[in-house]
Amino acid sequence: MMKFLKRAYLGIIFLFLYTPIVVLIAFSFNSSKSRGQWGGFTLKWYLDMLGDRQIREALVFTIVIAVLSTVLSTVFGTVAAIGVHNLGRVSKTAVLNLNNLPVLNPDIITGVALMTLFISTGLPLGPVAMLIAHIVFSTPYVILAVLPKLRQMNRYTAEAAMDLGATPAMALRKVILPEISPGIISGALMAFTMSIDDFVISFFTAGTDATNLSILIYSMAKRGVKPSINALSTVMFAVVVILLLIINKRSDKGEELLL
Amino acid sequence: MRLLAWPYVGWMAVFVVVPLLLVLVYSFTSGDIHDVSTWQFTADNFARFNEPTYLKVMGDSFVLATASTSICLLLGYPVAMIIARADIRYRNLLLMFFLVPMWMNFLLRTYAWMSLLSPNGLINRGLQALGLPILEIMPGPWAVLLGMVYNFLPFMVLPIYTVLSKIEKPLLEASSDLGANKFLTFWKVIFPLSIPGVVSGITMVFMPAVSTFVISSLLGGSKTLLIGDVIEQQFTYERNWHFGSSLSIILMIIILLSMAVMSRIDRKPAEGGRAV
Repeated sequence: MMKFLKRAYLGIIFLFLYTPIVVLIAFSFNSSKSRGQWGGFTLKWYLDMLGDRQIREALVFTIVIAVLSTVLSTVFGTVAAIGVHNLGRVSKTAVLNLNNLPVLNPDIITGVALMTLFISTGLPLGPVAMLIAHIVFSTPYVILAVLPKLRQMNRYTAEAAMDLGATPAMALRKVILPEISPGIISGALMAFTMSIDDFVISFFTAGTDATNLSILIYSMAKRGVKPSINALSTVMFAVVVILLLIINKRSDKGEELLL
Repeated sequence: MRLLAWPYVGWMAVFVVVPLLLVLVYSFTSGDIHDVSTWQFTADNFARFNEPTYLKVMGDSFVLATASTSICLLLGYPVAMIIARADIRYRNLLLMFFLVPMWMNFLLRTYAWMSLLSPNGLINRGLQALGLPILEIMPGPWAVLLGMVYNFLPFMVLPIYTVLSKIEKPLLEASSDLGANKFLTFWKVIFPLSIPGVVSGITMVFMPAVSTFVISSLLGGSKTLLIGDVIEQQFTYERNWHFGSSLSIILMIIILLSMAVMSRIDRKPAEGGRAV
């Protein structure tokens, strides 16, 4: 009896979670424009989406920002993490608290605060401002992903390498980096996902001429429901699911290695 | 090697600390936002909260965020418990099924409800087919509440699940050996041990719920204005950064206060545990 109740409850919750998504995906193949009626299977909305210049430009823009902010925040975050790892106890705690500030702050606060900074200092809102903003919110996550790997590392291996004649740069490249690379890759994947997933901070730093996918979807949704958004949603969902499956697979493997 | 940390500290100072200080300065001044010489110190921005419009905005935000957090807790706790107690073979699979919807961009998740709840959407077609009256909750506060619960439920389940899955079975067996029934075991053993998870779940739901503007602007229409909506309006259309900043400061204070309250609750059971 109890078992049945548990299953039924979980079933209802899953129904609640999945219905909107399934309906959204199903209606992206619906030839009727109506939101409540099935008019037969079609790929019309996907073709519409591919033919839409606005969507194409927003897609390219989103990917360019995501790739650039991922590369820059991964390099920056990894270097910073190595520095933070070697700090003394007090300054380490202080820097880590600073690092947590954008993680804990609500997005809207980070967004308006950066917007205020950019306009006050004369940097126009737009692609560059948005790129900086994305690096600001992704780098803390890279650091949080790399630090545990540095902690696991034997601290004497780098010293041993240098005793054996390696320069600090060589020790970094040949000893430290290979050792912490799983953390770097997880951090990079996280930065990429956060960048393509972000709306609020992008919205406040985009200005008028920069439009990424989430900003485009927001403005389209505010004007009303449109079938080509369903198609776009389906594609974006599929991409994120694939990306996160890769991340999960990686962390599963990491756990196995630890065991 | 430690020198490598300093460029990052400088970067964070410029792009995290300075912007927040700017918001603080704007909140206590008035004048033309582009001309510093016109600025004057004032507390008027905060006095505007006494206006009925903004009192209602604050009240609505607080009520909706509290309500959605409570509903998430009531719905989410049993989910976390069922998953944590499930057979180990299915546990990760169940957890994954629970988390996959969260991987969809939250804008799209909210948009999905927009089309479901619309007057000729699937839900209302279904109700009509059954001869029931149609549901006209969108745009409005009930739709916003629904959107919040839908978007943030996983944030409640995950921390509670993490804590519950760490409770060791012998502890529960000991409780029942000592004569406690299932309810007593839950109330005296499981629930107190899960409080850290509950606390972080509450924080993780309340914070995005009280600061959102996307859910309210897509599902709430112009009838449901939350703090986030007003901040957004002040910074974009109205261009009154001074007032927008004071709203941001208020929002941060609300969040800090709720986090402080939560961390107090978190500490109590530990003290109780030591006394025993």
